[in-house]
Amino acid sequence: MSGVNTAGWRPSMNEVALGDMAPATQSGDRALMLEEALIFELGCEGQTGVDIEAPSKAVSPALSKFRRKAAPALPGLSEPETVRHYTRLSRQNYGIDLGPFPLGSCTMKHNPRLNEKMARLPGFADVHPLQPQKTVEGALEVIEQLADWLMKLTGMASVAMSPKAGAHGELCGLLCIRAALDARGESREIVLVPESAHGTNPATAAFAGFKVQAIPATPEGRVDLEALKEKLGPDVAGVMITNPNTCGLFEPDLKEIADAVHAVGGYVYCDGANFNAIVGRVRPGDLGVDAMHINLHKTFSTPHGGGGPGAGPVVLSEALAPYAPLPFVTRGEEGEVHLVEEENRGEGHERAFGRMVAFHGQMGMFTRALAYILSHGADGLKQVSEDAVLNANYILRSLEDVLEAPFGKSGPCMHEALFSDAGLPDGISTLDIAKGLIDEGFHPMTVYFPLVVKGAMLIEPTETESKQGLDRFIASMRNLAQRAQEQDESLHTAPHFAPRRRLDETRAARKPVLVWKGDEEA
Amino acid sequence: MRYLPLTPADRSSMLETVGASSVDELFRDVPEAARLSGPIEGLPMHASEMAVERHLGKLAAKNLDAGSAPFFLGAGAYRHHVPASVDHLIQRGEFLTAYTPYQPEIAQGTLQVLFEFQTQVARMFGTDVANASMYDGSTACWEAILMAARVTRKGKAVLSGGLHPHYGEVVRTMAKFTKDEIVSLAPELTAETDDAAVIAAIDETTSSVVVQYPDIMGRIPDLEAIAEAAHAAKALLIVVVTEPVALGLLEAPGNLGADVVVGEGQSLGVGLQFGGPYLGLFGCREKFVRQMPGRLCGETVDAEGKRGFVLTLSTREQHIRREKATSNICTNSGLCALAFSIHMSLLGGEGLEQLAAINHDRTQALVERLTQIPGVSLLSDAYFNEVTLVLPRDARDVVRELADKGILGGVSLGRLFPEQAELHKGLLVTATETVTLDDIEEFATGLAAVLEGVAA
Repeated sequence: MSGVNTAGWRPSMNEVALGDMAPATQSGDRALMLEEALIFELGCEGQTGVDIEAPSKAVSPALSKFRRKAAPALPGLSEPETVRHYTRLSRQNYGIDLGPFPLGSCTMKHNPRLNEKMARLPGFADVHPLQPQKTVEGALEVIEQLADWLMKLTGMASVAMSPKAGAHGELCGLLCIRAALDARGESREIVLVPESAHGTNPATAAFAGFKVQAIPATPEGRVDLEALKEKLGPDVAGVMITNPNTCGLFEPDLKEIADAVHAVGGYVYCDGANFNAIVGRVRPGDLGVDAMHINLHKTFSTPHGGGGPGAGPVVLSEALAPYAPLPFVTRGEEGEVHLVEEENRGEGHERAFGRMVAFHGQMGMFTRALAYILSHGADGLKQVSEDAVLNANYILRSLEDVLEAPFGKSGPCMHEALFSDAGLPDGISTLDIAKGLIDEGFHPMTVYFPLVVKGAMLIEPTETESKQGLDRFIASMRNLAQRAQEQDESLHTAPHFAPRRRLDETRAARKPVLVWKGDEEA
Repeated sequence: MRYLPLTPADRSSMLETVGASSVDELFRDVPEAARLSGPIEGLPMHASEMAVERHLGKLAAKNLDAGSAPFFLGAGAYRHHVPASVDHLIQRGEFLTAYTPYQPEIAQGTLQVLFEFQTQVARMFGTDVANASMYDGSTACWEAILMAARVTRKGKAVLSGGLHPHYGEVVRTMAKFTKDEIVSLAPELTAETDDAAVIAAIDETTSSVVVQYPDIMGRIPDLEAIAEAAHAAKALLIVVVTEPVALGLLEAPGNLGADVVVGEGQSLGVGLQFGGPYLGLFGCREKFVRQMPGRLCGETVDAEGKRGFVLTLSTREQHIRREKATSNICTNSGLCALAFSIHMSLLGGEGLEQLAAINHDRTQALVERLTQIPGVSLLSDAYFNEVTLVLPRDARDVVRELADKGILGGVSLGRLFPEQAELHKGLLVTATETVTLDDIEEFATGLAAVLEGVAA
């Protein structure tokens, strides 16, 4: 196979070659493999990396009685120490900038730097959310333009922009459903959620005060349409369907499901986490969806930043549009952008169900997402979903002879390829393969999810990977599968070359140490 | 297309491997009627980097940014100077482009930062522990109320009238659906905070009492007295901090009896960004740890005994517990937490105190100058870096007229509390370290001109 990494260098290779000959170092560091202490162990109280002007007068007497007895016990670091601390720490992280990050359902795609540059323009980065409207018309215009794209890409009537992340968007969608039911004078309590759903779906339904009923999956990895229909009735507020689903498959019956749910007076929530598979090619609005969140940090490339921030705008059907929360941005009849808040909700948005956040939502992410969308255009976005799906199918077909692909026989997958540990010898687990992949220089795939497949390995390459990159990944996976068949013991103890070996999670949970207390122990 | 590495030749060779004659075949599960044959109509095609820059640059230029005008807004979002190294470091690709640290062996950078962040927040707040962040202050506030209900097994929250109205709206919106009872005290344009009214509203069915410190009008409540009353009724005191820089001068809420301290961390490292992404802070007593929402990072060791960090106590969370989780939160504000933590590392405890002192100093200068204007009076003299001024007329008009003069002169209480007409002469102004004496003079001149002829 061409392009396979045969000359890859990694920092600890010398040690492997030298075996026991590798010398211990006095510092504990090994060349570019650098350990880093906690700031509390490095800094000293009284040090600071910021020069601050001295006050001209004393604290006002009225404030004095509220004063802190002592400054917070936090060390400071000079600027060079700070830069080194975080630079050294950054080197213990894997990111999409380093290589493939095929976490299924997480859509780790390239984060264009143009997006970062645009979000930092002072006109976006340095404006206050409560400035008079005429001083922030450009910012509102960004929100409106992004909203317009999201509605057209999904074929939906409206969009609530303020939710802060995917799960928050789910909540927004369910609260719109609740508000619509309230308006009809109905108090339906049940939300149907497939077993294969993301954990956020049932958690959100419960958080919004609904009762959750699970829908089983078919042996083909789809929602069991008959089982779902049996559960439909006057108590059902709605269903939450992920499409494409978490097995990486399109739900071909979504329209039929939607029609059946609508027929009993319920609503259809679609989890849009996997929108990257269909963006520009399929509009969920054409399939009967009433609400769907869009993770801007997935499909539209805003950075995950080690766990957020995300952004989860929710597109809404005509039926749910009137209930979208405040603040709400629309375009007036003369083309002007119009912001609706509590103060002027009477102007066309009086049925809003309330407010989900202070201020306007994730503006910094809106700018980045809009930069990404404008860069691709309608043609580029269609190419995105096509390449993402092609890349996933290439992986599926290149690995299905060495790893069990539970739904591989039933046809092509969408944007992610699902495997399981079923074909692996006893004693070798999905976790071992994932940790072995770390040693190979890749971030592991999503493991043990979806729950409907035992020992699941969910691989989402995204459109970001080149064919050469995919070939390198496939070669590593094939090698790992072979080592597994040979019962290679070293897989159990992988990773060997990462900054840390396997970490003791049981110990962390048994007696949690969540803050540093080193200065109290002495 | 500059972001897509596959070449046409790659695509055909890969289709061959896959056994499909065209990419359309891969979409065969999509019902025919829903498959679009070409790009969605009515939308533009792809654009060069330069063209996108031009488009967005024009939109950015339509806004009046805070650095280009005398600027005095606060009300839950504060303009502080962010050291250059903060923005540089958060753009390290290993931080910026990492996912939630589910594979701890190759995410120690993020995890150690979260452990340091949790420690910094807990020490600022005076709480035992803190989590790895929430979306923003308003959602952290609601999650705190939910946690208090779980801990106390009661369901009534009392909200001080000094709570940020957006936070109150978020709480009331959510409670409408969860059926929790919320008692919201009305905000009043008085010199004193509403401590007495808050205490009077507490009874045996109260699960939590929510008080902002300093409050939305810049006043400072007596937390110890409220804590005592709350604890006597077996309720938790939740303190909301929307301006963490205040904690450089003010006593930490945890040291004054607060059981839960939540807040908005935007002031440190994050920037204004028109309202988001921001950073929800959440600290509390250690005994509530298993009831906390959100991610927690904990210390442990690896197979060789080296110290390392992992996400822990995940049995509280949605990906394990599903509908029984303590919260539905998944993605939080990791990168903003990093920015906050870097800024806090640069400052240290003493730097935070110095920063707080210069903020207070600037605000003293602002108050002194503006109250010289006929008709302008100060609501309360116990303040940190934000005060309410009482004007002779509706402050909403004043703010608009100041904006016409190129001055961003604070937030009117009418914008925040449209339904409370008795507050509408209130103008909330803030002076941080970024405000110069020249800015103050320009503001004073502008305000005097706007008010001329209407002085009471």
